Amino acid sequence: MMHDRPLVVNEPEAMRFQVRRSTLMDPGILELERRRIFDVCWIYVGHESEVRAPGDFKTRIVCDRPVIFCRDGGNRVRVFLNTCRHRGSIVCREPEGNAKSHTCFYHGWSYNRDGELDGVPGQDAFPPSFRKSDFSLKEPPHVASYRGFVFLNFDPGAMPLEQYLAGAKEYIDLIVDQSPSGQMEVIQGVQDYDIRANWKLLTENSFDDYHLLSVHGSWLTYLRNSGVEMKRPERGHLLPGHGVGKVLGNGHGCTDNVNFRGRPVARWIPIYGEAARPEIERIRAELVARLGEERASRVADTNRNLLVFPNLFLNDGSSVTIRTYYPLAPDRMRVLAWALGPKEESPTARAVRLDSFLTFYGPGGFATPDDIEVLESLQSGLGTHREVPWMEVTRGMAKEGEQLNTDEPHLRGFWIQWDKLMRTPRNGE
Amino acid sequence: MASKAKAAAATRQQVEDFLYEEAALLDAWRLDDWLELLTDDAVYNVPSNDRPDGDSRDTLFIIADDIRRIRARVTRLKDKSAHAEYPPSRTRRMISNVRIVERNGAALNVEASFIVHRFRRNEGIRAYVGHYRYELRLEGKQLKIARREAVIDSMELGSLASVSFIL
Repeated sequence: MMHDRPLVVNEPEAMRFQVRRSTLMDPGILELERRRIFDVCWIYVGHESEVRAPGDFKTRIVCDRPVIFCRDGGNRVRVFLNTCRHRGSIVCREPEGNAKSHTCFYHGWSYNRDGELDGVPGQDAFPPSFRKSDFSLKEPPHVASYRGFVFLNFDPGAMPLEQYLAGAKEYIDLIVDQSPSGQMEVIQGVQDYDIRANWKLLTENSFDDYHLLSVHGSWLTYLRNSGVEMKRPERGHLLPGHGVGKVLGNGHGCTDNVNFRGRPVARWIPIYGEAARPEIERIRAELVARLGEERASRVADTNRNLLVFPNLFLNDGSSVTIRTYYPLAPDRMRVLAWALGPKEESPTARAVRLDSFLTFYGPGGFATPDDIEVLESLQSGLGTHREVPWMEVTRGMAKEGEQLNTDEPHLRGFWIQWDKLMRTPRNGE
Repeated sequence: MASKAKAAAATRQQVEDFLYEEAALLDAWRLDDWLELLTDDAVYNVPSNDRPDGDSRDTLFIIADDIRRIRARVTRLKDKSAHAEYPPSRTRRMISNVRIVERNGAALNVEASFIVHRFRRNEGIRAYVGHYRYELRLEGKQLKIARREAVIDSMELGSLASVSFIL
C-alpha cells in the first residue's frame, strides 16, 4: 500500500512539526507498525510480582500473540507462546492460576511448567525421528526484566533491554525507590477496557499536560472542593505547579512535575482523611531516613508520567499505575491498567493508595472517562483527514532550553522515533 | 425496634418498587433526588471484572466511593466539563430476578440482575449486564441504600470502555 509521505514533518529551523492524521486511521499504517514498531521494540508483558511461586501463571495477549507469563520450576520468570506445538491450539485457556503442567485439550499434549513437552498420547504412532525435546513451548527471542518489569522482544537482533530503556531507567528507579526493600508489587484487580481510537492517541494523551485544564476541569474542581490547595499558575504556566517535558532517548519521554495533587507516597491531601495523616508522615520519615532529604523529596514531591516507547506508561501521580495498550484495529485499542504499590505497605496505606488511584484513574475515575471521550471524539474527527491532513505538534519548539510539561518536546520525541522506525524496513520486507 | 421489625418484614414487592423507583431516577438523571435514597454512610462500588468479589481496600476496583465521593461524583456529573457524560448518555435500566437474600436486623441484603443500555450520539449501544448487591436499611418509614454494588458480568469491560454514569 502506498502512503502519502512524509508521515511526520520535523523542520526545527522553520519551527514546523506536523504529523499526518491518516497515520491514525490507515490500516496499511497499522500493518507496518506491527512489523516495524511492535516486532522490534521491547514490549511490556507483566510484573514479576504477578507470578510469585513456581507454577504461577497469567495468560495475556501481547502484540496479538497469546502468551503464558509464568514462573517455572526453577523460580525463573518465563514467557511462553501459548500455542500447542502440535496443531496450534491455545494450550492454557485460564486467565491465571498455578499449575504443574498445561495440557492442550485438542489431542492432549501436555507441557510442564518449564515449557517442556512431557506427555504425548499414543506417542508410538509418531515416526522414530519424533523427539519430544524438539517440541517445547516456543519462547520469544528475548525476555528480560528491569527492576521487576518484564519485557519481551520479537526481534532476534534487539539491543539489550537496559540499553533500550536509556533515560527511562532513572524514572523507573524513582518509582521503585518508594519501597523500603526496593520491591514494588502489582495489586490485584485489572482495569481492562477498549477505546475506539488509534493507540498512538493514548500515547500522546498519557503525558500531554496541555489538556489538563480543558479536559479535566471537573477533576480540578473536585480537588478544590475537597480542600486541596492550588496556587495560581506562575507566569508562563497553565497549571498550579511547575513541570517539565523531557525526552529520554529511543522514543521514551516523560513529564516531571512539582506535585500539587497529593500522593500516597508521603504527600497528604485532605481527600485522604485526617486518620491517614500520621501514617503518610511516617512514610515520609522512612523515605528521608533511607534516601536523604533531597532524594526523598524527589520521590514524594514530584509526579511523573513516563512513556516507555511505544505502549507502556508508568504514571506516578495520584497513585502509581502501569498502563499498557495494544492496537486491535486502526481505530480501536485495548487498554490494561494495574495499580502498583510497595510490597511492605500496611493495609491502611494500601487502602489510601487504592482510593487515591480511583480519584483520577480508570474507567470509573474522575478523569480517565473524559480522556476516553476526547480520544474517541478525536478519532471521529479524522473523517476529514483529506481536507485537514495535519496535526500540529509545535508547543514549546521556539523555547531555548527547558520546555514545560504543557509543551510538547516529549510528544515530538515519540513521533520522531515512531517515524524513524516506520522508515526502517525489517528483514524480509 | 419497630423499624427493625419493619425492615425485616419488607416484602419482595416493596423492594422491587424501591429499586424500580431508583432506576427511574437514574434514567431521568435526577441525581439529587437519587442521593436522597442513600444513607449518610452509603457506599457505591463497581469491582474490577476479574475480581468481582474483591475488597476495595486491597483490590483495584473501577469505582469504590464512600458517601463523600458519591456526592462529589454527582457534582461532577452535573458539570458540563464532565465530558464523558456531556451531553448525558441516555440510559434504560432493566432490573429483574430481585431476591432478598438475607434479613439482618434493620438491614436487608438484596440481589438483582440488571441490563443497563447506554446510548450516545453516533455510537453503538453499550449494554452493561450484571447484578446488583444492595444493603437496604429502613430509616423512619423509608428504605434507604447503605451499600450498592454493581457487578458487571463480562470478563473485561471491553467495548463498554468506561463506567462514567451511575451504573
